[in-house]
Amino acid sequence: MAINNEALQLQLIKDLIVESNEGLDRLDHELLALEKGQGGPDTLNIIFRVIHTIKGTAGCIGLGKIESIAHVGENLFSQLRDGQLTLTPPMIAALLEYSDALKAMLRSLEQSGREGDHDYSALLEKLRRLQTGEPLAEAPAAAPAAAAQNWGLFEDEPAPVGPAPAAPVTPTAQTPQAAPSKAAPVETPAARSGPSVSDTAIRVEVGQLDKLMNLVGELVLARNQILQFTGESKEPTLLNASQRLNIITTELQESVMKTRMQPIENIWAKFPRIVRDVANDLGKQVRLVMEGNETELDRTIIEAIKDPLLHIVRNSLDHGFEPPAGRVAAGKSAEGVLLLRAFHEGGQVNIEISDDGDGINVPRVKQKAVEKGLVTAEAAGRMSDREAFNLIFLPGFSTADKVTNVSGRGVGMDVVKTNVEKIGGSVDVLSKAGQGTTLKIKIPLTLAIIPALIVTSGGERFAIPQVSLLELVRLEAEQARKHIEVLYGSAVYRLRGQLLPLIYLNRELKLAPVAEAKNNEAAQIVVVQADGRQFGMIVDEINDTEEIVVKPLSKQLKGIACFAGATIMGDGRVALILDVMGLAQYAKVIAEVHDRALTDQAKKAESAGDKQSFLVFDAGTNAHMAIALSAVARLEEFPRKLVERAGGQEVVQYRGQILPLIHVARFLPDGGAAATPPDPMQVVVYTEQGRSVGLVVEHICDIVEETLAVRRDQRRAGIAGSAVIQDKVTDLLDVPGIIRAANTDFYTTTKEQP
Amino acid sequence: MSQTSKQFCTFFLNDLFFGVEVLQVQEVLRCQPMTRVPLAPPTVRGLINLRGQIVTALDLRHRLELPERDAGSQPMNVVVRSDDGAVSLLVDEIGDVVEINDDAFEHPPETLRGVARELIKGVYKLKDRLLLVLDTERTLNLSGTATLTGEQNN
Repeated sequence: MAINNEALQLQLIKDLIVESNEGLDRLDHELLALEKGQGGPDTLNIIFRVIHTIKGTAGCIGLGKIESIAHVGENLFSQLRDGQLTLTPPMIAALLEYSDALKAMLRSLEQSGREGDHDYSALLEKLRRLQTGEPLAEAPAAAPAAAAQNWGLFEDEPAPVGPAPAAPVTPTAQTPQAAPSKAAPVETPAARSGPSVSDTAIRVEVGQLDKLMNLVGELVLARNQILQFTGESKEPTLLNASQRLNIITTELQESVMKTRMQPIENIWAKFPRIVRDVANDLGKQVRLVMEGNETELDRTIIEAIKDPLLHIVRNSLDHGFEPPAGRVAAGKSAEGVLLLRAFHEGGQVNIEISDDGDGINVPRVKQKAVEKGLVTAEAAGRMSDREAFNLIFLPGFSTADKVTNVSGRGVGMDVVKTNVEKIGGSVDVLSKAGQGTTLKIKIPLTLAIIPALIVTSGGERFAIPQVSLLELVRLEAEQARKHIEVLYGSAVYRLRGQLLPLIYLNRELKLAPVAEAKNNEAAQIVVVQADGRQFGMIVDEINDTEEIVVKPLSKQLKGIACFAGATIMGDGRVALILDVMGLAQYAKVIAEVHDRALTDQAKKAESAGDKQSFLVFDAGTNAHMAIALSAVARLEEFPRKLVERAGGQEVVQYRGQILPLIHVARFLPDGGAAATPPDPMQVVVYTEQGRSVGLVVEHICDIVEETLAVRRDQRRAGIAGSAVIQDKVTDLLDVPGIIRAANTDFYTTTKEQP
Repeated sequence: MSQTSKQFCTFFLNDLFFGVEVLQVQEVLRCQPMTRVPLAPPTVRGLINLRGQIVTALDLRHRLELPERDAGSQPMNVVVRSDDGAVSLLVDEIGDVVEINDDAFEHPPETLRGVARELIKGVYKLKDRLLLVLDTERTLNLSGTATLTGEQNN
């Protein structure tokens, strides 16, 4: 927390310096205009605002001296603005001097991290006299001149430690300096050797960056076309040049993307203050902890999640935390902890907001939802806790009994959810009674370029955003005829025992099927998810996954909910991007009435009961074995020749790390014989606490979802128990046991590096 | 009588002579490869890639309720600027850019009916023929046409 604060303070000071210098330049400019009699009616207003902003910002970050000096000027300008005073030449001179004084302090702040000890009381006295209309005394006039010399010399020296015989401008000026001066050693060396902050950072119009991004998009396209041609050429110079073009374009694309990235800190910076204020208002004690401040997101996304995040934080302060007395009674410390965590994972940004409050009160949430007529009492009764948590996302839902200035004003979690989903993200809520609530938000890194699956249907190509994609199923012609069943014209497929509604993409989009002959071919099902429900799309062909540049559709096409935009493919032609949610609604795969959707979900959840997903495989012992799918990070194939030996273990290089391999069969009681795995090896990557091992198996059979009646079995090494999966007796692999038996340092190292 | 004149980019549609003010025209292109947009209003012929920019192509014959173009003929693109970005109008053939004196302008005749009445701003009387001036803003606005998306198909 302390480190966070210091970094934050430094950032705020940096911003203040850039902003104030700009403002002061403006002020000088306007003052000079006034002096020449060219000022407009708004000029004094502009100046007033500049000073006011500097005062406010400096006050917020505890720069007492700047604040107090700015304050004196603000008074003078406010009287000038209101016409109580008229601007005289001596006044303009004093004000320019005043602007120099502020700049000098900013410079000192930038170089040494402190506001400088220079005594400005003479200048302030002068301003005060100007304000009250007293004649200017002759004596102090010398002081500003001397001071002005000093300001000019600040360039290379830290602020001169003046004798400062007079008292500091305000008695509080010294204390708030503690924070910046602590930060000083970090800042000083860099600041002195390099150019100043305001020289290395410039402000660029966002539109300019967007234009740059568009141009890069075009360049990428041109590059792709050129590469297609040169691929066939044998001219070495041309090949070289196109290779260079390729590399430079990629680098340029990344750099331009980076200019649009901002750390999430930009929105978090104001949270400490908000949390403090709101918590005080509510009579609660809450400590805010922020992790992953530096996590970067595209600016469009930063904008889009600003309000939802703020809402969640307020919500959690209001509903999440108990009052201090309640917390103590529950055996917790009086001070609650609100944890904001941001991190990158799998090309997405995850943001978690956790409180250690009382958790979501399920009966109360259900009761409120029934009272407000959002669900029927019957449906509510059947709901699992997890389903009930999701009730808080329904429009119109609120458990607040009275409207406070914090929540209960009808801008509910539904808005949070809609806003996050609008940018292709998802919100999930986890809660444990008495222990707290966690909201998990997953959002794409950028909206401009997204990974997508390219499919063909009815002779046209379509891009399906990867975020809505679940899996791909291919049914051979024979299977397709048998397993795609039709009920009253609606096709369904049994996907691992559950009915999956199917749509034919070409029929929904009113595209002619390419040829009748297709009937004899395999069916390609793209399983997608929209609003928590799954459905399958039958397409003619699955082409590839690609990073696509999303472009909006023109207004003539805005009314079509099935498309989210368009993109340009490598061959220069345009392809449409499917909006899975819109398509689902258009094809009526998803019931539009929430109540029904929820009831269905509740039913599904009920029937699912304690169902778990398992990966079924054959370890080489000719017996079926299973491990919980949740423990499986990925399935991989490695050719045998990639296996290396390190520390007496077989390892492979995997995603920049060393992955130890464990031949499962060797650690099973009856598996020693079948110790030669096939080539390429089938590897189940198992991950626990950020560490991975590869379990080598003979072959992967299936993924099943079953309610298990496990028979514990302690006698056999490497096996946690047995169960019946798909009518076959299946052993459940005891992964931790196997890992220990394989004698890797998996667990020991984990403990040493908490 | 004023002596000001305007320049028009002219084109042909079903033997009618049309014009759009030259300042509104971004460029004129040959027939481009086009991507169909399913469920779109029938006036929308597809999307074209104009140097990285995705441009919607509207069939002007369909918009003006003229008979369909012969299957074999390839339309030209007149790309016009709009508040919403560039939009391409598909026409039969491109004519010259002509400069016409404002004197020659007349409001559309009262007998003009239907969609033409709505989309044609006026008529310039040239020596040998009439030039119909298109109201591009209205032409690009399809929300009035009753043929949006697939709703009516259900």
